[in-house]
Amino acid sequence: MYDVQHNSRGLVSHGVSACAGCGMELIMRNVLEVLGEDTIILIPPGCSALFSGFGNETALKIPGFQGNLENTAACAAGVRAALNAKGNKHTTVLAFAGDGGTVDIGIQSLSGVLERRDKVLYICYDNEAYMNTGIQASSSTPYFAGTTTTPSGKKTGRKDLMQIAIAHDIPYAATASINNLNDLKKKVQKAKDTDGPSLLHIHTPCPTGWRYEPAKTIEIARAAVQTGCWILYEYEAGKVTINYRQKELKPIEEYIGFQGRFGNLSKEQKKEIQDYVTKQYNKYIIKLEAMN
Amino acid sequence: MTYKMMDGNLAAVEAMKMAKVQVVSAYPITPQSNIAEKLSDLVASGELKAEYIRVESEHSALSVATTAQLAGVRAATATASNGLALMHEVLGMTSGNRVPIVMPVVNRGVAAPWTLWCEHGDAMAERDMGWMQFYCENVQEVFDLILMAYKAAEDKDVLTPAMVCLDGFFLSHSMQKIVVPKQELVDNFIGGYKSQNTYLDTEDPMFICDLTGSEEYTEMKYQQKVAMDNAIGVIEQVQREFEERFGRKYSIVEGYRTEDADVVLVALGSMCGTGKHVVNKLREKGKKVGLAKVTVFRPFPAEKIREILSGTRCIGVFDRSAGIGGQGGPVWSEVCAAMKDISCDIRNYTGGLGGRDVSPDNIEKIFDELLEISQGKRKNHTAWIDLKENAMDIRQVIKNV
Ligand SMILES: Cc1ncc(C[n+]2csc(CCOP(=O)(O)OP(=O)(O)O)c2C)c(N)n1
Ligand code: SF4
Ligand SMILES: [Mg+2]
Repeated sequence: MYDVQHNSRGLVSHGVSACAGCGMELIMRNVLEVLGEDTIILIPPGCSALFSGFGNETALKIPGFQGNLENTAACAAGVRAALNAKGNKHTTVLAFAGDGGTVDIGIQSLSGVLERRDKVLYICYDNEAYMNTGIQASSSTPYFAGTTTTPSGKKTGRKDLMQIAIAHDIPYAATASINNLNDLKKKVQKAKDTDGPSLLHIHTPCPTGWRYEPAKTIEIARAAVQTGCWILYEYEAGKVTINYRQKELKPIEEYIGFQGRFGNLSKEQKKEIQDYVTKQYNKYIIKLEAMN
Repeated sequence: MTYKMMDGNLAAVEAMKMAKVQVVSAYPITPQSNIAEKLSDLVASGELKAEYIRVESEHSALSVATTAQLAGVRAATATASNGLALMHEVLGMTSGNRVPIVMPVVNRGVAAPWTLWCEHGDAMAERDMGWMQFYCENVQEVFDLILMAYKAAEDKDVLTPAMVCLDGFFLSHSMQKIVVPKQELVDNFIGGYKSQNTYLDTEDPMFICDLTGSEEYTEMKYQQKVAMDNAIGVIEQVQREFEERFGRKYSIVEGYRTEDADVVLVALGSMCGTGKHVVNKLREKGKKVGLAKVTVFRPFPAEKIREILSGTRCIGVFDRSAGIGGQGGPVWSEVCAAMKDISCDIRNYTGGLGGRDVSPDNIEKIFDELLEISQGKRKNHTAWIDLKENAMDIRQVIKNV
C-alpha cells in the first residue's frame, strides 16, 4: 500500500518533474480525472515515465507498470487478459505512450492489440519527437520540423496513426487536443465505455522540444487546430465525425512562428509548408467526409 | 496415475495445463509450434480455462505473460531459438520484477546460419538474464521439471522465473511413455497462484518498475542474486518433496557412476541418455568412466559439482553451444570456476550443434581421450569433437567477382 506523503486533489501528485508548461502533464491529469481509481496504467520509457516516478516514489495513486518502449500495448493486453480470467470486467486498462513508443517501435504490438480487439484504452500523447532522449525525430515529427536528428528540418510528412487505427476498424478512435479539454474528456469517457480497443491520439505541445515559451502551451495547441495542422475527429462504429471545423484556416505562421523548431526556415520554405499544410488539410477533410 | 504416450512438447503442455495456467500467449516457432497449437486447442475445447492471447511476436508473448502474471494469474508461454532471442529484453523485465513465470524453451540454434534443429545456444545466450534454467534428459523430465519449476519459482524466497529447456526434436518430437499423475496430486503439490511482492491490484496500488538510481540498483540486483542462491536449497527441497509425492528422484546434478570414476563427462539435456548408455558400455570393458548430468544450470550448482567431481582428476565438459569467442563453452567455464581450487584437468568439448546428433561414438571418443589424458598418454583433446575434416572448405567463396 502506498504511503501518501502529499495529498493531491486527483490521482496525480501535485509535484511532477515534467517541464513547466508540459502539455502531456495536463493530459495525464485530465485523463485520470475521467477514468478514476479503478484503472491500471501501462507506461513505456519516455516523458510519461515521469509519472512512474523515481526510486521508491511515484506520482500516481493507481497501480501501474513501466514496461519496454515497444510493448505498451502488449503489456496492457496481458493485464486485460488476467482481469478477464478473474472475471473483472470493470477495471480500465490504460496504455499511455508517446508518439515514438507508438508509431515507431511500438506499432507492431499496438496493431496486435487492435486486430485482436483486446479491451484496452490506448492513449498516444503526441509531442512529435523522442523528447525524453533529447528531441530526436520520430515518424510523427511534422514536415520541416528541426530535431536533433533532422537538423535541417524533416524531409517527410508524418505517419498517420488515426488512419492506421481506423484501418483495423476498431470500435472507437479519436484525435484530441488540450485546446479543448471538454472535448478531450468526453472522448476519454467514450473510450473508457468502449467494448473493445479504443485509441486516442492527443496533440501534445512540448515547450522544451518545440522551443517556445512555456506559457504558450494552450495557445500553440489552439493554433495547431486553427491552422489545420491538427484535425479533431472521431471514428465511432465505422463512421467519422469531424468535431471542429475552422471556417477559414489561419496562416501557418500563427502556429510555427512561435516555435524554435521551425526557426531556421527560409521564406520559400515557409511558403512551402503553408502550401503543404493547406493541401494536406483539404485532401484530408475530403477523405474524412467520404468516411462519414 | 496413468501412462500416456507423449512427445516433449505435449508433456510440456500437459504440465502447464495441470498447473492451471489462466492466461496463455504464445507465438509459433519450430520446434515449439505445437505447444502454441495444443494450448489453443485446450482453451478452445474448454479443457483449460484460460484466456488465449494470439500475440503477433515473441516479444509480445512474454510481455503479455509477464503483465498478466503481475495482475494475479499464472501465465504461460513457450518459445525457441530466434523467438527466445527476440524476448531478450522482456526476459529482464520478468526476472527483474520478480515474476515467477515458467517457460518451456525448446532448444534450437539461433541464426545465422538458419537452423531448425537442436543445440543449447539459444538458452545459453540468455543465461545471465536472471531466469533459472532446467535441462531435461527425457520426456518424463520435461513434465516433472515443469511442475517442480512452478513450485521453486513461486517460492517466496525465490520469486524468479524459470526456463525448462528441452532439446528440439530429440525431445520435443520424440514419443515416449510417461507417467501422468492425477490432477489432485498436482494441485496439492503446487497449489493455486498467489501474487507476492509485486502485483497490479486496484485495491492495493503500487507502481512497478520505475527508474531506479545507482543508490538502489545494485541492491535490487543483489536481491535477485540472493534469490538465485536461495533457489539451490529450495529446488533441492522441492525435488525431495516431489520424490515423496510422485516417487521419482531428481537432483540438481546427477552423478552417474561417478564415485570411483577415473574420468567424468559433464553434460546436459537429452545427450545424457546417450552418455549413460556409453558409460555402461565402457564400464563393461573395465573403463572407469562416469557422467555428471547438470539438471539445473541456473542457478549454477557449483557446490554439488564440486561434491561430484572432486575425486576426479580428468574431466570433460560437453557444451552443446559454440561459445564463440570464449575460451570454451559456457558450461565448461562454469565448471572450471567451480573447480578452481581443486587440482584437476578440465577439457572443453563442443558439439551437437544445429541438430548434429551427439552420437555414442563421439561420446566414446571423448571418454577414450580423457582416459588417455589421465594416464599421461595424450596431451591435446579434440575440442570440436564432431567437426568435419573439411570444415574450412565449406561454403568458402573461392573468387570474388
Ligand atoms: C528498445 C529501446 N530503445 C530505445 C530506448 C530509448 N528511449 C527511451 S524513451 C525514448 C523516446 C520515446 O519517445 P516518445 O515515445 O515519443 O516519448 P517522449 O519521450 O517524446 O515523451 C527512447 C528512444 C528504449 N528505452 N528502449
Ligand atoms: S520534454 Fe516536453 S513532453 Fe517531456 S516533460 Fe518536457 S515539456 Fe513535457
Ligand atoms: Mg514523443
